[in-house]
Amino acid sequence: MRTTARPKTATLKTLPGDDVHQILWRFSDRFDLQMLVNSVRSVARGPVARLVASGARNTHEWTPEKASLLKEFDAAGVTSASLDAEYGGYIDGPKNFALALSAFELAWVDGGAATASLAGCLALAPIHERGTEEQRAHYMKLCSPTLNAEPLRGAFCLTEPLPYVGVETGLLSGKVRIAEWKEGEEPMLEVDKRGRFTTNMGFANFVTAAVDSGDERIKGSCMVILEETDPGTFDRGSATKKMVHQLSSTTDPIFHLTVPASRIIGGYEIKDGVIVPNFNHSEVIEAVFRRTRVTVGLMTAAKLLSAVEPLLRYHRDRFRGGETTHPGSVRYELGLQQKEDVLHRLLEVWATGEAAASLGFAAARLFDELDPLEQEKTALLAAQGAGKGMSAFRAMRKLEPDAIAAIRAHRTPDNPLIRYLILDSAANVFCPAAKLWNTGHGANELREAVSLMGGYGITEDCPGFLVQKWTDAQLEATYEGPEAVQRRQLSVTMTNEVFLAQFQNWIGELRVIAGEHPATSACALATAMQMWLWTLRHLQNAKDADGQNLYQSSRQGVTFPMADALCWLLSARQLVLDTMELAAKGRDNASVAEGFDGLMEFYTDLCSIQSGRTAGEVGRICAELVFGYNRHVDWTGEGCFHREELISLESIIPGIESMARDVLETDGSHPPKAGPCVRFNGYEQFQALRSKLDGCITGSQLAKDRAGESLVAVMIPAALDYPA
Amino acid sequence: MSYHIAVCAGIVPDPLQTLEPVSGPQGPALKNEMMLPAVLDPWAAHALYEASHLAKNVPGSKVYLVSLAPKAKLQQVLMTMAQKVAFELVALDGPSSGFTESADVASALAAAIEAIPGLDRSQLLLFGGWESAARAAGTTLAMVGERLGITEQFQGVDALKVGADGSLEILERVEGGKHQVSVCAGAPAVLGWATGSLPEPPNSPQTGMQNMRTVMPALQKAKPAQVGAHAFLSVSLPKQQRTTRIVKDVPAAEVAREIAAWIRGS
Ligand SMILES: Cc1cc2nc3c(=O)[nH]c(=O)nc-3n(C[C@H](O)[C@H](O)[C@H](O)COP(=O)(O)OP(=O)(O)OC[C@H]3O[C@@H](n4cnc5c(N)ncnc54)[C@H](O)[C@@H]3O)c2cc1C
Repeated sequence: MRTTARPKTATLKTLPGDDVHQILWRFSDRFDLQMLVNSVRSVARGPVARLVASGARNTHEWTPEKASLLKEFDAAGVTSASLDAEYGGYIDGPKNFALALSAFELAWVDGGAATASLAGCLALAPIHERGTEEQRAHYMKLCSPTLNAEPLRGAFCLTEPLPYVGVETGLLSGKVRIAEWKEGEEPMLEVDKRGRFTTNMGFANFVTAAVDSGDERIKGSCMVILEETDPGTFDRGSATKKMVHQLSSTTDPIFHLTVPASRIIGGYEIKDGVIVPNFNHSEVIEAVFRRTRVTVGLMTAAKLLSAVEPLLRYHRDRFRGGETTHPGSVRYELGLQQKEDVLHRLLEVWATGEAAASLGFAAARLFDELDPLEQEKTALLAAQGAGKGMSAFRAMRKLEPDAIAAIRAHRTPDNPLIRYLILDSAANVFCPAAKLWNTGHGANELREAVSLMGGYGITEDCPGFLVQKWTDAQLEATYEGPEAVQRRQLSVTMTNEVFLAQFQNWIGELRVIAGEHPATSACALATAMQMWLWTLRHLQNAKDADGQNLYQSSRQGVTFPMADALCWLLSARQLVLDTMELAAKGRDNASVAEGFDGLMEFYTDLCSIQSGRTAGEVGRICAELVFGYNRHVDWTGEGCFHREELISLESIIPGIESMARDVLETDGSHPPKAGPCVRFNGYEQFQALRSKLDGCITGSQLAKDRAGESLVAVMIPAALDYPA
Repeated sequence: MSYHIAVCAGIVPDPLQTLEPVSGPQGPALKNEMMLPAVLDPWAAHALYEASHLAKNVPGSKVYLVSLAPKAKLQQVLMTMAQKVAFELVALDGPSSGFTESADVASALAAAIEAIPGLDRSQLLLFGGWESAARAAGTTLAMVGERLGITEQFQGVDALKVGADGSLEILERVEGGKHQVSVCAGAPAVLGWATGSLPEPPNSPQTGMQNMRTVMPALQKAKPAQVGAHAFLSVSLPKQQRTTRIVKDVPAAEVAREIAAWIRGS
């Protein structure tokens, strides 16, 4: 029988450069973004790297050296990348992808630097997403380094001291009351808010803060803008003694300030003598986080990919310079790369980094596509009188069957509202998936990276700052909503039928890819997706051994692992899709074309490695959930034969006694095991899928062997392009 | 008085890359050169920064960046260089490696400069590196100047001052760390720059976006340049080789001492 595994033909010649990434992440024709990348890179690998190398992270305080980075960001266009042209920005249209690329470049060297630059965007985001026209114009202008020599800096303050807001963002203790409300004049508000872990707070000039009403003349919660010059207390608090991201400033601030009601983000109406904010704090936060979380996921992705070059160099050079290790000897030329485990583990780090980057950038691009559609949707709904809130929700809900029908028919609907529904349902999954998997699983893989560098890995001198990158990943997994929050969100959004209809299509699409590119193991991925879908449908209807529903919000033991499994699938799928883009466009680029065959083989092998691991993870998770909530039968229950029973049956069915297993003897003894083996009645489909899936993993270890040859052969630069 | 400054600049592999000579189908080459990240030739880059500085101080002046390089690689390099200073690009598609013949490169560059629409040859300052980081022969720019009929030529330039009467005072490097001061009446002149005195300008994506309006059409229009294949009798690596070593917290004097000892010892 012929096999689909290819013989080895070509290996990777050089590390994938910008031209390769531009194709994979789809910005070959976006010169604005390519320039942004280069510009941010010069700051990251210059001043940022020098600060880290000189030990600037060894203090919790916000020092002048750390503050100098803000000016560097301004000068290099990092700060203004998030601004629209009228406020001194230079990138047209939505900026999710641009900010993702910027954070990726900074985090390649230091996550804290990325956070410092992003926190300013986070502070402005509530105003950008939900602010009034006046608020937007006012603050965007003041924050623009193009328009001001000393631009304002902001902080975003949601989290509060224990026992208040953390993961549960509803438990606000910060309060807003009416300080003064003169007839015919704008009400003055008194804001009391204590923050915990507020980024940028060491220097912020203004804060966007979440508060609840402490006054019956104000309805619900809202976000307000606080400025350092407002009358009252604007206490920055002391520096948080965080062990990570030390190039960003974090403190626990205290605010007791009087501000005009015009500082309520998004404005307000007055109804029956009550101030009714146009947006409550949850609505603002939802609009903000769903975009900014993707960027955080990309930070960890960058760190994984940044670990590849220093690890290759360390492994290859490990024994050079020794008296007995002569040039030309295997020990000299290959160093630790002689050892298979070193190659295989590095490949897993690399494949995870690629899959994480593919997923994160896909999510960022998705939001760029969604943003204008969202504006169109808002305008259309307003024109229909469906406004916002429940009526808007109901109006959109009605369109869901049309959306599903369009997806099933592989048709792009003309109605922008339906297009929005489709994209939105995917974005609601991709955002938490990128945040959760990239940072959570990414942190685990970064630990592998550290360990691959031996003792050096755990020192401050380690090239590529690997230990900092590993520990920093834990913060990336935590802030802007820790893993539990992402899993909780996924457990709802991934059951949206509009999303699931797309998911179903993707299975078929992967099979087509597998037909043309079998070595990607796209087929294994498709089977794993099928198994996930089967398991979800099963769990949505099944009950546990005690008759309790399995798929429900309080049952995090069911919903959360399913969310994790989905993330594995989405990231591996995205890596396959990006590799297909490379297959289609790589040869058109002269510099990519030169080493195209080796490059393509290597990425194909990375796909296979990642798909194989994914299939393994998904199979394990699904099996645990499908069977793990049933009670194992014991020797007293049904499912086992009694010896007497068998003896009497023997006369009717000759031979049964010798064939039967799981027999309870007359004296009560039984075979040495927990009970009669579990029967699979009703689970035949799952069983078939499971064994099919195991078979689909065929070849993924061969891919690892092949890709390992690339690690040995690939040419790397003489030194890292940033100091250590 | 204003200048038309044509800066000739090739591209070279990023200096951190491992450069390994190999024999390719077209003769000697660097291993995987097309795939390695490239930078603007550092000597010529200094010339570009000086040109931009001069153009800013002399109103009405214009800077042209004239480059013969593989188009796809040049485009990547320009994503950074276009952010640093304002210029108009004149691009020629062809190899930029150290193994091409400088006379061929010079005639291609001279022809491209002659063809620049609206170029005032009487106001032309021809800038470039006094040598390239690829070939290091220091011959190209002089030949471009000769082909354009410019006989006022200066090499190893570190400073240029424009006098009130339009004269050019030029500092050229000579032996022993000294400079020779020359004065010429004015343009046209050839200046092959050493390092000059200006730092590398920071990136500005805004400047980059403005330059891109002319850069992309120029790249699309770039014609293949005729640079001949030459037979090399032999090519060899320098005898003295030293592997890159990254050191931290070592004073400059110590580094210098170590390098001197290494030179003496070999
Ligand atoms: C360096 C740093 C910078 C930060 N910057 C900012 C900032 O600029 N602005 C801001 O507002 N906040 C900021 N934060 C706060 C950050 O967003 C919160 O720490 C984070 O959201 C988690 O809240 P918590 O620490 O109170 O965790 P907790 O709410 O105590 O949760 C702890 C753990 O308990 C579990 N858990 C809690 N609730 C649930 C649940 N419902 N279901 C399942 N498991 C659950 C999870 O495992 C969770 O990780 C920052 C934090 C740090 C450390």
